[in-house]
Amino acid sequence: MATIVGAVTSSHVPAIGRALEKGLQQDPYWQPFFAGYPPAQRWIAQAKPDVAVVFYQDHGLNFFLDAMPTFAVGAAAEYRNADEGWGIPTVAPFRGDPALSWHVIETLVADEFDVTTCQRMLVDHALTLPMALLWPGGGAWPVRIVPITMNHVQHPLPSPRRAYRLGQSVGRALASWPGDERIVVLGTGGLSHQLDGRRAGFINKPFDLMCMDALVDEPEKLTRYSALDLVREAGAQGTELMAWIAARAALPGRVRKVHAHYHVPVSNTAAGLMVFEPESAVLARAA
Amino acid sequence: MPGYNDAFKDIPGTTVFDATQSRLGYHLNMFCMSLMKAENRAAFKADERGYLAQFPMSDAQRQAVLDRDYNRMIALGGNIYFLAKIGATDGHSFQNLAAKMTGMSEEAYRSMMIAGGRPAQGHRSRSDPSR
Repeated sequence: MATIVGAVTSSHVPAIGRALEKGLQQDPYWQPFFAGYPPAQRWIAQAKPDVAVVFYQDHGLNFFLDAMPTFAVGAAAEYRNADEGWGIPTVAPFRGDPALSWHVIETLVADEFDVTTCQRMLVDHALTLPMALLWPGGGAWPVRIVPITMNHVQHPLPSPRRAYRLGQSVGRALASWPGDERIVVLGTGGLSHQLDGRRAGFINKPFDLMCMDALVDEPEKLTRYSALDLVREAGAQGTELMAWIAARAALPGRVRKVHAHYHVPVSNTAAGLMVFEPESAVLARAA
Repeated sequence: MPGYNDAFKDIPGTTVFDATQSRLGYHLNMFCMSLMKAENRAAFKADERGYLAQFPMSDAQRQAVLDRDYNRMIALGGNIYFLAKIGATDGHSFQNLAAKMTGMSEEAYRSMMIAGGRPAQGHRSRSDPSR
């Protein structure tokens, strides 16, 4: 059976791509952000995942307003990044895992999530930047990916409760996968931020810290919020929190918080990073 | 019947990109999406009016683009993720655009962010500014 090694949630601000390109990890502005990542990188190196299942939001690279799925699952053998028009360099292609993708799709549809399936799909900065932060150094990616996008561009958005249930369903799919892969679940975006209008620059640190705390032991607490609540409390683009909720919900049973980091600002955004491990993985290691 | 966006209208300084905005801004956002190609960015920079004329946008939308009036573009249906491609074509970051929209200088906005950002307190509700 497959092993779910844990989940990592991380911000994906485009400016991180420029900072990586220019090697600004030690720059005084960037250092407090990048300093959060080595513990997550070390955990990944020890957990040795073969596959990353990634919950994220496409910002118009693959899906535009002509056709905007609420949830879409990649089922391609390869995923490419492309010019998003805002000047960050593209990254090497990712290998897919079509058999696992279709197993996830079959489980989701059986659980009444009517997802869009994509045998061709471009992946944007919301996937590539967290990958680059967690597997630094460039070259070929050491994991295959299963990308899962959630509409965050055009309201009505799904609710946090729906995101939570989506994550649970993906978790059931992974737990029932007969392969022997080691699987990590990623959730990208957030935390509080607003890019547009007179309220741009909005940051809600108490709300962010409450969410990071709740995600460890009581993630269901966050499902009482609506998309409206998230816009009010976390900013117009703070609804990306839903990818964190989905990733956390994919883990079976109780979890241990391995690492957490929070820094304001990266550009307009409160940047967060968390690493979770299922208690079952901790017990298995001790045995 | 109250519309979807009505529930969001109490949030100050915020335009939620809903069906009304998406329908209004479809071609403005299509223009923005065309800027994902380097040759289109070059063509736009070479002749902005001529380039915009290819898209069935309203005159007000074209003028807002020419003026780089991002709040106006948002009001006319632009979505910030797509509008940012205009900013990038001009060599400007998201932070620069955000500063413009708030009416602050880029330096003042950057300082506000370094100091922790715009606080939630007082920016949750038009009807209750104490929240």
